[in-house]
Amino acid sequence: MTGKGYRQVGETLYHSQLENGLHIYVDVKPEFSKSYAFFATNYGGMDMRYYYGGDWQDTPAGVAHFLEHKMFDTKDGNALQELAANGASPNAFTSIDITGYYFESTEKFEENLRTLLSFVSVPWFTQESVDKEQGIIGQEIRMVEDDPGNQVFYGMLEALYAHNPIRVSIAGTVESIAEITADTLYTCHAAFYDPANMVLCVAGNVDPERVEQIAREVLPERGGEDIPRDYGGEEAEEVFRAETVQEMAVSTPIFQLGWKADPSPKGEEHMRRQFLGELCCEAVFGTSSPLYAQLYSRGLVNQNFSYGFEAYPGCAFLTVGGESRDPWALRDAIAEEVERISREGIDQGLWDRLKKAAYGNRVRSLNSFENICVGLAQSHFAGEEFFRFPEVFASIDKADAEACIARWMAPARTALSVVEPKGEKA
Amino acid sequence: MTQAIHRELRPGVRLTAVHTDKFKTSMLSLSLLAPLEADTAASNALLPYVLRRGTEAHPDMAALSAALDELYGGSIEPFVRKKGETQAVGFVASFLDDAYALDGSRILEPAAELLGELLLRPAIQDGVFRRDYVEGERANLIDRIRAQMNEKRAYSIHRLTQEMCAGEAFGVDKLGDEASAAAVSAESLWAAYQHLLATAPLEIYYCGSAPVERVETALRAAIPALPRSERPVRPGCKIQAEPAAAEPRLVTESLDVTQGKLALGFRTGGISVWSEEHPALLVFNAVYGGTATSKLFLNVREKLSLCYFASSMLEKYKGLLLVSSGIEFQNYEKAKGEILAQLDACREGKIEDWELQAAKRAIVSSLRAGMDSQSRMEDYWSGQAAAGLEEDQEALIARVEQVTAAQVAEAARRTKLDTVYFLKGLEG
Repeated sequence: MTGKGYRQVGETLYHSQLENGLHIYVDVKPEFSKSYAFFATNYGGMDMRYYYGGDWQDTPAGVAHFLEHKMFDTKDGNALQELAANGASPNAFTSIDITGYYFESTEKFEENLRTLLSFVSVPWFTQESVDKEQGIIGQEIRMVEDDPGNQVFYGMLEALYAHNPIRVSIAGTVESIAEITADTLYTCHAAFYDPANMVLCVAGNVDPERVEQIAREVLPERGGEDIPRDYGGEEAEEVFRAETVQEMAVSTPIFQLGWKADPSPKGEEHMRRQFLGELCCEAVFGTSSPLYAQLYSRGLVNQNFSYGFEAYPGCAFLTVGGESRDPWALRDAIAEEVERISREGIDQGLWDRLKKAAYGNRVRSLNSFENICVGLAQSHFAGEEFFRFPEVFASIDKADAEACIARWMAPARTALSVVEPKGEKA
Repeated sequence: MTQAIHRELRPGVRLTAVHTDKFKTSMLSLSLLAPLEADTAASNALLPYVLRRGTEAHPDMAALSAALDELYGGSIEPFVRKKGETQAVGFVASFLDDAYALDGSRILEPAAELLGELLLRPAIQDGVFRRDYVEGERANLIDRIRAQMNEKRAYSIHRLTQEMCAGEAFGVDKLGDEASAAAVSAESLWAAYQHLLATAPLEIYYCGSAPVERVETALRAAIPALPRSERPVRPGCKIQAEPAAAEPRLVTESLDVTQGKLALGFRTGGISVWSEEHPALLVFNAVYGGTATSKLFLNVREKLSLCYFASSMLEKYKGLLLVSSGIEFQNYEKAKGEILAQLDACREGKIEDWELQAAKRAIVSSLRAGMDSQSRMEDYWSGQAAAGLEEDQEALIARVEQVTAAQVAEAARRTKLDTVYFLKGLEG
């Protein structure tokens, strides 16, 4: 393991790559009593079509998420219970582009790490256990379908993108998951749960050498090839459609606005785009911007207001969501501000403050082991160096942000998704 | 091990400080403790949001945001919390720790100053709060009250406790009700504010790298004497040990949803955070439905595939145990039957040793890991402050380790079903 100190952010990170291709990162935090381990594969909801075993594989929506559920089954029982019985808090998530398994524990770290590496790398399911899981996941999908926050977000993605699989719900539908068999899961596991396609990130009071040794003992010796994926080709610059409106049992309208940015290239530029995208949001409608204060006084937004920039293979977008009494008026007010900034630029004083605040926020986020480990994994897959953010950050200037606002936030690249109230109490 | 230090700064103004340099941020919170009452809940809930709009020196949100940006993007969030029958209102602030400031400047002192300013020197107009701020936040509060139905799982628990504790202070929502929110004016809110400053205990929490003396000095400067006539009294909590009726009450409601939500409310036989048996209740909750090794998770979810979630939680101040689950509408009887059957198993002492150990490990681990998180520590200590307790996490851990299976079964036997709430769809 090779250690590297990042003095400005007060972190020391160890890294190594095993013979099987697995990258390991360990952030040593001696003053903490808990440890956190995150084992992730570069495989998520959007990876539905891929080339493996000499053929293009088409898999039903929701398969990455279904696989995540079933991975906890082991020959001897269930890893979730095994870890929990050891005092660890284990869980897993499937996002648009990655699937991650993790635990947090204050005791028996090495034993728990072995369990984590073992259950994620050894698939163990039968048609019977797959059939049974349909019921549990079916209920999870129902829950998500009743969640207005989720529905409004997908409404936006469906409007932004014409064909990129990002627009398909990660969990799939009750119908799509019905097509999943034990064979589908075994093939996906063989393709993507390969050490060469995975990363292990640990933070806590641990010995990096032991982490490496345990990974070498538990995981397969050899890794596989890179898996080509098909995301349906390049998307147009413009949105697929400008608006999506749904009705649900909610009290006030919920909105999600999105702007279709240019896809981010891999490497350091990926991280630069991330900051740039976030700063564009801050400058146009962020909580310190003049527009936000005005929208808030007009009652067009409230405390429930969050925004950011997200980048995935072949697509990237800026987004803001929350509750609004009039989402259309809100969209128009933001469009006006975009136009004004494109004309007049960002106020220098505001820009300086925003950068200072954004830097502080990024450092503050490092309090969380989860943020560190998930961030390390995402950075690894994107080809960036996670803790180098202060340098990357310093390289961004006001003109960059102004150019991005003018280009990415143009009306033709804007999509609005709204969930409107319906269904009065019976 | 990080220890909490408690100091009384002024009559009814108490500081709990945790000194540690392991975080990149420091956290400060201020909370005023008021009794939860139907008449005052809405105006108390409105208060921190109106205060957050502007101060004498920073009269609007833009000025406040600018001040926070200068402190490296510090955050100050207004909150309204319910701790049993206490309504705690105030602010929680998170700032970059001094060690990480790019120019070596101090952040704690100006941050404390800004918080003191928010609490005590609001922007005013004609001797009361600015009318536009009160009206804007009143509309937001009403939106928030209405928005409680948006998230159906939380909503079902909210409705369950509302119905179950209808005649008790606990049945009052922390945000108050829509009608009383709508009736708040700039004048009435100003009066409520003066009343709180005069009567409510003020609990301050700090966690970060500064030694307690420096924190105390900063806070004494930021928060001068409050207009108190008498020493403030900490609000209490009335615990009803047994269900009011012999037979559990059933409440059903219909909304346009695709998944049903089943919520069951139990009384814990008087066991609460103040009881000697509190650790036994914690372990019972973990065995029954609080973890991924619990009986509810293993049976209702894993064995019967009835749901994605079925879990239990405690209202530890009020002595309630609440179970919630998301199910297909037609599985109501089946799910309810299994949830109650698992409680019976606990009552009969059908608790395997591994279940007991797993439950304890989960509680201990969560308490210890909580000490590695600033917000979870803030939550723990502000909860203790509201309850008038000083027991730290390690002391509680020691008590949890001592709990026996027989004590868990005893806690289960004392726990009795009071009310069942079922949220179903519009058809059928």
